[in-house]
Amino acid sequence: MDSVSGVLRKTPLNAVHRASGAKMVDFGGWDMPVQYSGILDEHATVRNKVGLFDVSHMGEIEVRGPQALALVNWVSCNDAAKLAVGQAHYSGLILEGGGFVDDILVHKFADDHFFLCVNASNQDKDFAHIAEQNSLRGFDATVENIGPTLSQIAVQGPRAVETLQKLTATELAPIKYYWFTTGEVSGVPATIARTGYTGEDGFEIYVPNAEAPRLWAELMSAGEEFGIKPAGLGARNTLRLEAAMALYGHEINDELNPLEAGLSWLVKLNKGDFLGKAKLEEIKAAGLKRKLCGFKMTGRGIGRDGYEIQLDGTAAGWVTSGGPGPTVNMNIGLCYLPVEKANTGQVIQVMIRNQAVDAEVIPTPFYKRAK
Amino acid sequence: MYPDNYKYTKEHEWILVEGDTGTIGITDHAQHELGDIVYVDLPKAGTGVEQGKALGSVESVKAVSDIYSPVTGEVIESNGDLSGAPEKLNSDPHGAAWLVKVKLSNLSEIDGLMSAADYQAYLGE
Repeated sequence: MDSVSGVLRKTPLNAVHRASGAKMVDFGGWDMPVQYSGILDEHATVRNKVGLFDVSHMGEIEVRGPQALALVNWVSCNDAAKLAVGQAHYSGLILEGGGFVDDILVHKFADDHFFLCVNASNQDKDFAHIAEQNSLRGFDATVENIGPTLSQIAVQGPRAVETLQKLTATELAPIKYYWFTTGEVSGVPATIARTGYTGEDGFEIYVPNAEAPRLWAELMSAGEEFGIKPAGLGARNTLRLEAAMALYGHEINDELNPLEAGLSWLVKLNKGDFLGKAKLEEIKAAGLKRKLCGFKMTGRGIGRDGYEIQLDGTAAGWVTSGGPGPTVNMNIGLCYLPVEKANTGQVIQVMIRNQAVDAEVIPTPFYKRAK
Repeated sequence: MYPDNYKYTKEHEWILVEGDTGTIGITDHAQHELGDIVYVDLPKAGTGVEQGKALGSVESVKAVSDIYSPVTGEVIESNGDLSGAPEKLNSDPHGAAWLVKVKLSNLSEIDGLMSAADYQAYLGE
C-alpha cells in the first residue's frame, strides 16, 4: 500500500482520519477511511444514532448560464425542468448506447444554475463528457468542475437533525427529503441538502475545503450527546445495500441501462430529446431481457459481488453487490436475472466457490426506516 | 500477544502441534486486518488438507479470505461453535476461536514455519 500512497488523492480530512486510527484504503484512486471503530458498529450507529462520513472525494460540477437547464436536460435522463429552486433529484448521465456515464444528484439553485454531485472516480470523465456535449450542441452554458474546491460531509441517522441544528441558524426541520438550502454551518457558508446514501434521514453538506477539518471536529462535538461516531466506506456500503441504492460499477455501468437496473422512474422519455433517449426507447420497445432484483441467502454462505447466479444448473445472471445486511440480519444482495425469473419467491442458486447455494428473490429495499 | 508455543505462516495462520495433532487458527493480525468476521467455512472431519492449500475461508463484512493450511494431513475436528458465533474470531483468535484440528502426516513440515519472534519480525517489516 505504501508504495502507491504517494499518488493517491486525499481529502482535506485525510490527516483527521489518520490521527483517529481509521483503516485507510485505496478507493478509486483516493486514500479513504474504510472503517474506524468497525463496520458493524458504524452501521448500527448510523441506523440508531448518528454517523459522520467524509465524502469529500465525491465530485461537484456546476452548470450555469441561460441554457443551463437545456444542457442538464440533454445529458441527464431525469427532467430537471420539474425541479423547483432548492430541490434536488437523482438522475443518470446516459451514453448514446443507453448505459451510464454515471449516476448523479442534480440540485437546482436557480433557472440558470444547477449543481451536480457525481461519483468520485467518475468526476473527471463526467466533467469532460458534459463539457464536450455543451460544446458539440452549442448550448449557451458554462460547465465548471468545482469538486477540487469543495468538501462534502454527510451527517446521517435519526439524530442527524439535532446534531446539525446545533451548528446552524438555518431551520432544518422544514427542509424536506431531497430539498436543500444554503446557509451557514458553524460560520461557514454551506449548501445543506437533505440527501444521503444510507437509507436514514440526514444531510449532505458542502463546504469550502479549508473549513472541513474544523467543521468535522465541531460536528463530532455537537453529536457527542447523541452517540455520534465517524463512519467509513465499509459502513456506507452495507447501509446503501440494505437500502438497495445503486453503486456505479456494480448495479450500473457504461453497459447497463437504467431500465434494467430498476431505475426507469428516473428516465423521462416524454421530456424532449436527450442523449441516449433513442436507445432507451428502443430497449423499452423490444422488451427488457434482464432485471435487477434483491435476494436473500437461504443456504449457508454469502453471495458476493460478481458471483454467478444459476437457475437449474445454468448460468442465468450475476450478483452486482452482496454481503451481510447487519440491520436486516440476513445475507443479502442485488443481482441481474432474466425478466421472467425476476419475481419475488423465485429460488436461485448463487455460485459460491463452485458450490451452488440457495437464495430467494425478495422485494427491495431490504431496509426501510420507520417514518 | 503471539504465543511462543505456536508456529506461524506468512498467510497469517497459526498452528499448535501436540504429538501428531495440530490445532489451526488465524492470527490476531489477520482478524484485525479482516475486520468484523461474519462467516466461517470449515472442512468436515475426514477432509484431507495440504500444506499451503486453502482449507476453508473466513468472511468479513467486506471480503472473503482463504485460510491456508500450515500442514498436510486430515481434519479430525472443526470448531462448530464458530458457525453460530463467527465474531469470536475477532475476540479470541488465538484461543476459543481455533478453526480445525488436523492429524499431521508429515511432522517435518513444521520446521519450515515461523516462530512467534520470527512472525512478529515479519509483521514489522
